[in-house]
Amino acid sequence: MSTIRLSRFRSVSAAELRLFGRNRSALFSALVLPLILAVTVAGAGVEESGTSAAGLVVTSLLGYVLLAAVYYNLVTTYVSRREELMLKRLRAGELTDTEILTGIATPMVVVALAQMVVFVAAGAVLFGLPVPVNVLLLLAGALGGVVVFVLIAAMSTEFTRTTEAAQVTTLPVMIACLVGSMMYTALDDAPEAVIAALRALPLTPVVDLMRLGWLGTTGPAAAEGFTGVLDDALVPAGILMAWIIVGVLTVRRRFRWEPRR
Amino acid sequence: MNAVHRRYGGPHGFEAVRGVSFEVRRGELFALLGTNGAGKTSTMELVAGFSRPQAGEVRVLGHDPERDRAAVRPRVGIMLQEGGFPPDLTVAETVAMWAGTLTDPRPAGEALELVDLSDRASVRVRQLSGGERRRLDLALAVLGRPAVLLLDEPTTGLDPESRRNAWTMVRSLLADGVTVLLTTHYLHEAQELADRLAIMHGGVVVAAGSPAEIVAGHPARITFRLPGGVTPELLPPLPGARPESTAVAAGQPMTIRTDALQATLTELLSWAHRHEVELAGLEARPASLEEAFLAVADHDNPMEVRA
Repeated sequence: MSTIRLSRFRSVSAAELRLFGRNRSALFSALVLPLILAVTVAGAGVEESGTSAAGLVVTSLLGYVLLAAVYYNLVTTYVSRREELMLKRLRAGELTDTEILTGIATPMVVVALAQMVVFVAAGAVLFGLPVPVNVLLLLAGALGGVVVFVLIAAMSTEFTRTTEAAQVTTLPVMIACLVGSMMYTALDDAPEAVIAALRALPLTPVVDLMRLGWLGTTGPAAAEGFTGVLDDALVPAGILMAWIIVGVLTVRRRFRWEPRR
Repeated sequence: MNAVHRRYGGPHGFEAVRGVSFEVRRGELFALLGTNGAGKTSTMELVAGFSRPQAGEVRVLGHDPERDRAAVRPRVGIMLQEGGFPPDLTVAETVAMWAGTLTDPRPAGEALELVDLSDRASVRVRQLSGGERRRLDLALAVLGRPAVLLLDEPTTGLDPESRRNAWTMVRSLLADGVTVLLTTHYLHEAQELADRLAIMHGGVVVAAGSPAEIVAGHPARITFRLPGGVTPELLPPLPGARPESTAVAAGQPMTIRTDALQATLTELLSWAHRHEVELAGLEARPASLEEAFLAVADHDNPMEVRA
């Protein structure tokens, strides 16, 4: 992995966006499914439980976007690009490894960011969500989450031989994060060790940062102000950074660019 | 390339390249010939910088092609054995995408013109024939105006006309001073194009040099069919003919290997003339790479491991 030259990155990402636009099923799941999800959640009657509960639901949806739109889709895409030998082809030129991996990730990242905007907007309109306590923290959580799940997707290709296998190999991360990261704040009486393990999951710091940035709190505790949340943000920010570093090192050393023979 | 070894699958894995050394001079075309599994593609991948040798040293334009990829690649064009193009981009989009990744690309139209694909520009890669994909691959390899061109079986799957066109293009690149390393299993292709070549077998180079040097020492071949009633014993002693020349029954095809084609042929023909014998299907061929190649490949069991 090394530097990115913008013109080269743009060339790959433009081609990937074009391919994405020609893939009907990918378009459907990117554009239509989240709308269905948003409407379903809205219809479930969260509004009675107050804006804070609604905030928890919307930030959970943002976490779900990272898992579904970034992580799952990207494992599938990386593996299929590897199996059809496109990764090897791209490596036969001047592109750096970073340019290749980020270029291929572009459609998923664009879709994920668009879905997040939709969910936030829907939350604001339907539930009258509060103005974020610290917008920067909210954005940092969302963007850090995108980076982490791009890296974890790249790591997962190591043990994913085919695109079909991705349906199985992505389950551990998907389930652990869906259950653990979203729910851990509700587990008041769980043992310390369990809570600590759940906090170490890659999605937990992302959801925590987004909740702190938006609501000023990750759960039942009282909300803090713009600067008050920064103290609480330190631990999740550290965990997130650790995941990013582990991800970069692992991908740099272990990423497979060709199918196994 | 110096004493290079490359093994796959751990310390007890398959050693595809077992101590290969060769040097390609600036501006020449060097061909790697070999049976399937001889180690040609593995050697090519080392030169291209896709893999790193376990032992030995690879240098391209003075750099380690694996470690100094960023320094080497802007001046190298690589054509892989298999395309790896996204099937849903058109030919023009594929070329444009690739051009966007290069330091100094040719105009896309010029590259497509070179490989005769201009009329297919708006067709999706999915709909191209195998030969057209090879040509697209070739267009991408030369798109960056490379000083060194690495071609892994560039004409496999091409029809004879496209193969001629590819050769013409490679020759014009050579005339412009481009250095070419090419693998092929078409002996004719190596003979047509190569300044020098190496024949690989079982992961080692078994013969190297100019086509003339490699061919020297291998016999020429005369084949014909003896008419009924004429047994091989009736033939006169033929100067230069090797004793292992196959002798068969009357009416069967016969092959004579000789180190002195003209002398052997003169004697044979004047004998035939004197005795009014008709040598049906008479053919005389000078030593060719095919002879040299077969001699190498026959030496032990050809290994069908991987291409």
